[in-house]
Amino acid sequence: MSYRRTKAIFIKELHHITRDARSLALALAMPVMMLLLYGYALSLDVDHIQTLIYDQDGTEASRDLMRQFQGSRYFDVAGFVNNYADIQRGIDTNRILVGVVIPRDFSRDLRSGHTANVQIIVDGSDSNTAAIAMGYAESIVRNYSAEAGVDLQNFRGRHLPPPIDARMRVWYNSSLESKNYVVPGLIAVILMIIAGQLTSLTVAREWEMGTMEQILSTPLRPAEMVLGKMLAYFVVGFTDSAIALIVGVTIFAVPFRGSILTLAVSTCVFLCGTLFWGIFISAGCRTQVAAYQLGMLSSFLPGFLLSGFVFALDTMPKAIQVISVIVPARYFVTIVKAIFLKGVGIGQLWNQLAYLVVFGTIVFWRTVRRMNQKVT
Amino acid sequence: MSGNGSGYAVEIRDLVKAFGSFVAVDHVSLQVKKGEIFGFLGPNGAGKSTTIRMLCGLLTPTSGDASVSGCDVRTQPEEIRRNIGYMSQKFSLYDDLTVEQNIDFFTGMYGVPRQRRQERKDYVLEMANLKERRGAATYTLSGGWKQRLALGCAILHDPPVLFLDEPTSGVDPIARGAFWNLIRDMAETGHTVFVSTHYMDEAEYCNRLALMYRGKVIALGTPEELKTNLDGHALLRLDTAATLETMRVLEGIPGVIESAVFGGGLHVVVDEPEAAMGRIRSKLAEGNIEIRRLEAITPSLEDVFVALIEAEERKAA
Repeated sequence: MSYRRTKAIFIKELHHITRDARSLALALAMPVMMLLLYGYALSLDVDHIQTLIYDQDGTEASRDLMRQFQGSRYFDVAGFVNNYADIQRGIDTNRILVGVVIPRDFSRDLRSGHTANVQIIVDGSDSNTAAIAMGYAESIVRNYSAEAGVDLQNFRGRHLPPPIDARMRVWYNSSLESKNYVVPGLIAVILMIIAGQLTSLTVAREWEMGTMEQILSTPLRPAEMVLGKMLAYFVVGFTDSAIALIVGVTIFAVPFRGSILTLAVSTCVFLCGTLFWGIFISAGCRTQVAAYQLGMLSSFLPGFLLSGFVFALDTMPKAIQVISVIVPARYFVTIVKAIFLKGVGIGQLWNQLAYLVVFGTIVFWRTVRRMNQKVT
Repeated sequence: MSGNGSGYAVEIRDLVKAFGSFVAVDHVSLQVKKGEIFGFLGPNGAGKSTTIRMLCGLLTPTSGDASVSGCDVRTQPEEIRRNIGYMSQKFSLYDDLTVEQNIDFFTGMYGVPRQRRQERKDYVLEMANLKERRGAATYTLSGGWKQRLALGCAILHDPPVLFLDEPTSGVDPIARGAFWNLIRDMAETGHTVFVSTHYMDEAEYCNRLALMYRGKVIALGTPEELKTNLDGHALLRLDTAATLETMRVLEGIPGVIESAVFGGGLHVVVDEPEAAMGRIRSKLAEGNIEIRRLEAITPSLEDVFVALIEAEERKAA
């Protein structure tokens, strides 16, 4: 390994990067664009559910229940109707998601101690949102029912304590806002995609331009080329990381509870590995088009689907879970989320970091081998 | 610089390179002396580039041996790369970098010592006449400048052996002339220059030549040797009033190998010049064709190569 040659490659690559102002601007704007796009698009929060209420009972008790819906931040009561057809039309035209029907004998049943019924109609075409909406509706009704029961007993002169009251206490993301865990994970995934793409063209371009032939006739060794190129793109990748962090903390107001230093160290380790990965892809391609597509495929898909940043890996088929074990983004997503939300230090993250170091080392070694084979 | 002191900068013995069933280089053997300008001639696809790339360690030979500066191409590619400068057929510097950035990059690649860097850079800028344009992006340079810059970048480490693969293709005649002056300067200062070309006029500048055709070296020697050795034949110049008619008559004359239109007359290859000239005179007199000029001439390299390649094709047929 020659320091001089590695440095010469590094400087040359920096010249390429800075010479092409448009590509550079794009590379730096990419994390912002992707964060904004996916950060808002991937919001998993379900609130302001548009709701129609059909109150057949028209008593104080039924109005009480209606007020529970109106007062909830999860439901927006869009109006009151007098027949089922309006609810159906509302759902068919996507105007509403939920219809609440309070039957005629609602208050009578309540008073007499019978089970009173409330019908909740939910548009199930988006099953995820429907399930969440049903959960919210159920909890409103359950609360109401518990209060009503206690009132009834009190009314009859018996003093009963309310039934068991589970007090939930959510740690780390106390407001349960999805952006708080989506954005840190997204930062990790975006870095994987950018890093993979930044370097995926770098070797293929040299073959395409014929410059590879020239530098192969010099004493340059593959390891020096791989390292020099990686370091140059590392500068861009690290800048991207800083931009993504700033956007996450300022625009999305995600709490950052950990140490910047821990995040910086983990980011370095992760970037090295994924940048090597891009070079590895590039070294196997003779044209930039092929390298670009392969780079995209091998960073985008596993980054999004197999990193566990939105799609929980536990629920995937075993075979896919096994594949995800080798995806570096999976470990980095865990690291970034833990640093952001839990504020944990290196001590708790060394497992993931160790994997990333192993990944980077193996990919570097394979890339150098691949470059060596291409020479002859 | 040579490891074995044999006096040869390049030695090739029975070198073969096959790509599948296609034999690009077919048992080539030759030696290049130190300080020589060695020309490698032949049509496109003859195997010149493949041979050069093997000598530079960019391709592994299928069989045979080759050494450059006493280093074996199979076992010592790294030593070879330190001792050679290589200019590939296609311009292969970084187009988006400036002249100076390219020079600095290759200075780093070749590990030119710190105290010599400025001196080498000045020398190359001077040689390529690029002092004024050192800050210009390389893609803005015209063909001739680019070639000189490419040569400059290949000699930053002052290598004893230079491989130039068709360095002047696509460059205008004036720039070609200037480029050959640089090559001669290199040779005069003790460098060995191994240069391939398909320009016949450039072949005249070489100390020795190899003619390559279909993977084989079919002639080897100085330009003068090659011109006098027309495969044992001689060349006549024949001008008549009726060129095409004359060619038909010539076909039937014993001792006439072939004839070709050249300028306003014919170049005729014969085995015995004096006897053939007598037969041609009498035959043309029978046909009432007036002879304006008939004499033995020294063949040009082009005549020689055309004759050699045609002889090779007759052998193959």
